[in-house]
Amino acid sequence: MILSKLLTELDWRGRVFLLALAAAAVIVPVLNLAIPEGSALNVPTYAVSLLGKYLCYALLAVALDLVWGYCGILSLGHGAFFALGGYAMGMYLMRQIGTRGVYANPILPDFMVFLNWKELPLTWWGFQSFPYAMLMALVVPGLLAFVFGWFAFRSRVTGVYLSIITQAMTYALLLAFFRNDMGFGGNNGLTDFKDILGFNIQAQATRVALYVATVIALALGYLVARAMVTSSYGKVLIAIRDAESRARFLGYRVERYKLVAFTASACMAGVAGALYVPQVGIINPSEFAAANSIEAVIWVAVGGRGTLVGAALGAVLVNWAKTWLTGAFPEIWLYGLGALFIVVTLYLPKGIVGALSEWSARRQDRLASSAAAEAGVGPQPAGAE
Amino acid sequence: MSSVTNPELTQSILYLDGVSVSFDGFRALNSLSMVIGHGEMRAIIGPNGAGKTTMMDVITGKTRPDEGDVLFDGKVDLTALDEASIAELGIGRKFQKPTVFESHTVDDNILLAMKGPRSAGSSLFGWRNRVRDDEKDQVLETVGLKDHRRRLAADLSHGQKQWLEIGMLLAQDPKLLLVDEPVAGMTDAETEQTAELLAAIAKTHAVVVVEHDMHFVRALGCKVTCLHEGSVLAEGAIDQVSTNDRVVEVYLGR
Repeated sequence: MILSKLLTELDWRGRVFLLALAAAAVIVPVLNLAIPEGSALNVPTYAVSLLGKYLCYALLAVALDLVWGYCGILSLGHGAFFALGGYAMGMYLMRQIGTRGVYANPILPDFMVFLNWKELPLTWWGFQSFPYAMLMALVVPGLLAFVFGWFAFRSRVTGVYLSIITQAMTYALLLAFFRNDMGFGGNNGLTDFKDILGFNIQAQATRVALYVATVIALALGYLVARAMVTSSYGKVLIAIRDAESRARFLGYRVERYKLVAFTASACMAGVAGALYVPQVGIINPSEFAAANSIEAVIWVAVGGRGTLVGAALGAVLVNWAKTWLTGAFPEIWLYGLGALFIVVTLYLPKGIVGALSEWSARRQDRLASSAAAEAGVGPQPAGAE
Repeated sequence: MSSVTNPELTQSILYLDGVSVSFDGFRALNSLSMVIGHGEMRAIIGPNGAGKTTMMDVITGKTRPDEGDVLFDGKVDLTALDEASIAELGIGRKFQKPTVFESHTVDDNILLAMKGPRSAGSSLFGWRNRVRDDEKDQVLETVGLKDHRRRLAADLSHGQKQWLEIGMLLAQDPKLLLVDEPVAGMTDAETEQTAELLAAIAKTHAVVVVEHDMHFVRALGCKVTCLHEGSVLAEGAIDQVSTNDRVVEVYLGR
């Protein structure tokens, strides 16, 4: 019922987006499973997983857009929440390996045996259970965001200072996860996964299922974010973005509003990370790298900040371009990314989707004013969006 | 706070006693004392740096005073509260630069300011979607923006933004309104309309107006307090204050 209410309240952008996702959830698996290999129409399994990876990034971008686009919190540390979700999934997958590992220890993952550890550290308890691991993929990033946000927003750290400390947060986690005695596999991270929920993780059907799960997660993530930003809560969020002190003097507790958005966003990023790991087959500390979080900001900027759909679109487009460029011209990829950011900032400050809706609003304005001129009334301003 | 019943205190909506604030050795407020009565309208004048805006910051909880009492309604100690709680108590503030929510429509700006629960939880579950059109209409009517309700606040003229912000204060329905330079940058016609608007509001609310424009202050026709170097220099009717030698001296220099 809530879902149908949400769907009827969607704007055209949201409808197109969800339709595209529904199409992607059906067409890609069909082209992979039903069309024989070698046919021109066949989508190879590696491409399904690659697309799944892009869609995980898209979910991360939607999460980032929720805080940056609607509340003005430029987080340069969202990669950390993504990676923590990924580690939660990775730990589950490690515990599924069991005796099939090199050292055939039924409880301890290989790297622990290698380090001569005798028992499972407390942090790993419970991760043999899939529901527990998934809960952790939500709770751990959410809790970190809550604690971090509690202190940062209460102390009224904003703007570039906030961005810098989010960057410091992800860097600190990078260093911590590199250490072997943290117990998360050190710089090798977690890999060599065998199966998920009893299914072989390399199998074609499993890969397709993971891809479909990612599409569904992205659609749900979008709907949750959309419901938040179109509610009264979202109106206050935008108000805080535009005039924080005005909101404060009207009696809104700005720090609590920010905290809710930041925590929800981190949980969403955690889910994205958890779906990412089984599709790429590895999680290691490099996922905490500062550059990853900055790249995510670029996706959102390219697609259109404050549009949600644009964020997802930007993530897919930039990553598709990255795959293509790193294959075709590996040495210039980073220059390409830099140039892209400059071009978008200069010529498309509202991103692709922002520019598109501005263009259509202008067209409507022109139509309305020419119609109004005929009727002899002044132009009607276009509605907000 | 003394327990002695002071008639000035008990009858006041706002009571400042010996308030001092320093920033890096600069005394922005220097033992400032002032009493605003229930339903009173008061104009605050004074040269730049006299402490007018700092005084507003202290009252609204943005700045903590180094010493002194700030009491609301004769009993609530404002120095112990943050901005949101002070706003909830019933003190509204208009900034010098018009500060409205530019990406929202005029309607939504008023809606966000309307009295009602303010917590993140209650807003997530949609209390503000319950439309209170009659109250909103009344506010829009008062500030003369009814025909502009669907426009984005960003598209309004400077004067309209000032009125919108005043409208937001009205929607908040505070007991005390603090208004910082409402007519800065307005045309003469707009200034006149604003004076009428504030006079109408003052019938049902206590209003403190900080202003430079002497014509405007005269049009308000209320008691005037002149600040200088963080304390009160003169207080009384406009003619009394504007002919006060010390006031003339600090305004014009020697």
